[in-house]
Amino acid sequence: MAAARPDRVRPGHNTWSGALVRWLFIGVSLSFLAALLLAPLATVFAMALARGVEACLASFADPDTAAAIRLTLTTAAVVVPANTLFGLAAAWAIAKFEFRGKSVLITLIDLPLAISPVISGMVFVLLFGLHGWFGLWLRAHNISIIFALPGILLATMFVTFPYVARELIPLMQQLGNDEEEAAITLGAGGWMTFLRVTLPKIRWGLLYGVILCNARAMGEFGAVSVVSGHIRGLTNTMPLDIEILYNEYNFVGAFAVASLLTLLAALTLVVKSLVERTGYRGR
Amino acid sequence: MSFRKPSVLPGFGLTFGFTTFFLSVMVLLPLAALVLAAASMHWSEFLRVVSSPRALGSFRLSFGASALAASINAVFGFILAWTLVRYEFPGRKLVDALIDMPFALPTAVSGIALTTVFARHGWIGRYLEPLGIEVAYTWLGVTLALTLISMPFAVRSLQPALLEVQRELEEAAETLGAGRFYTFRRIILPTVLPSLLTGFTLCFARAVGEYGSVIFISGNLPMKTEITPLLIVIHLEQFDYRGAAALGVVMLLLSFVVLFTLNLLQAWGRRRQLRAAH
Repeated sequence: MAAARPDRVRPGHNTWSGALVRWLFIGVSLSFLAALLLAPLATVFAMALARGVEACLASFADPDTAAAIRLTLTTAAVVVPANTLFGLAAAWAIAKFEFRGKSVLITLIDLPLAISPVISGMVFVLLFGLHGWFGLWLRAHNISIIFALPGILLATMFVTFPYVARELIPLMQQLGNDEEEAAITLGAGGWMTFLRVTLPKIRWGLLYGVILCNARAMGEFGAVSVVSGHIRGLTNTMPLDIEILYNEYNFVGAFAVASLLTLLAALTLVVKSLVERTGYRGR
Repeated sequence: MSFRKPSVLPGFGLTFGFTTFFLSVMVLLPLAALVLAAASMHWSEFLRVVSSPRALGSFRLSFGASALAASINAVFGFILAWTLVRYEFPGRKLVDALIDMPFALPTAVSGIALTTVFARHGWIGRYLEPLGIEVAYTWLGVTLALTLISMPFAVRSLQPALLEVQRELEEAAETLGAGRFYTFRRIILPTVLPSLLTGFTLCFARAVGEYGSVIFISGNLPMKTEITPLLIVIHLEQFDYRGAAALGVVMLLLSFVVLFTLNLLQAWGRRRQLRAAH
């Protein structure tokens, strides 16, 4: 029936003004993205390579930058598994069962996304900083959390807390419980059901959640900046290293580190596209 | 009614217990510390901090630039979403994937890259300078950074809504002689309005709290280009925890208002969808 309708009346199609509007929209969209997104992305690599490939690679040999890369990898290695475990547990409890207060729980899990990164860092300073609630006790016992690794881990964990859970909860709700219930009824144990039935179904969504969580953990600036103390070679993560190098006018160094994080972001988007091609569209 | 419906699936106690425990320790207790720190202040002290000229100046910039960025994104986000949903052109899939870039890109990277592009000798800044437009180190730069980092929220809110617009209605309007703008105003806009407002609110919420990308491009002059999150950091660096907590609570309250607004908007959108279905 649709084919019988003359094409002329379809809005935006095959009319002179329709074509004009179409190209106007495409033109405005592409110009907007080019100025706001593509130009900055290209600048990152252009500035990193401004003095040649060797100067760019040499900046990674700088001991402070190398230490920053190590610290960022350490942070991600602790934070991402912890939040993945949380995400799996939260998704199982929320998607597989009906209980009271479920929507409140989901809102609370999403809370860190609505909070300024600066506040996410500040709450830990209020707790563990020198003038914070436990500041004197910690100093008496010679434990440092703020301006040290534990503070960086806590702040990063807070900021990236919801990412895996947010990917998994809608996915597992959409997939339903039938297959798990069948497995349990047929005598499979809880772990067996999770590993052999649930995990294969959610693996792509899980992968994307983990990769996104990792990208945010490695790239977090505001929250970590508040708790880190910016001690070179000790508590500087890659994003904080970028800030220091940039403020010292070491643009090749700053953009070299920035280009690594940009490549990581690009990889994240590639994984997202692959995951979406498997048929699941997340948010 | 009991707390939860019975189910044959195991593991509720373990996963629910772990979830609530981890949530409480990682998120709720730290936030409670913030609220308690602000609550331990006397009212007059709290008011003095949040109504100081410097704080008021930072609120003006943070809220003003965020509202402007969210408005820019409402317009351009609509154009982008419309282009991606309605038109076929080479590279459409790539553009669609690129929309999420600001989510994945660290804010410090967006900050130094935008500053470089829009500085006086930058790729775009050099063409704006003769026109007398200075972007880097002004409120315009702040707005630009906030527009970039919140852009995906507008596009991703609008895309599904635009897919829902009933083409038959549009075609009927067109056949009956409605102009393009009339069709937009009477058919398309009412359908996507809840999503447009949701996108605006999400953009605003993300922009108000933003720190990393802004501090590079803003110049950070007190009263002029100093955003509220930066003022919080300055208080913390001077070990003025109470001052920082007071400003933090103001921003936290705003976050709750935003979450509440979003819930209302979503409920409104669902009701309209139901009504349209009948």
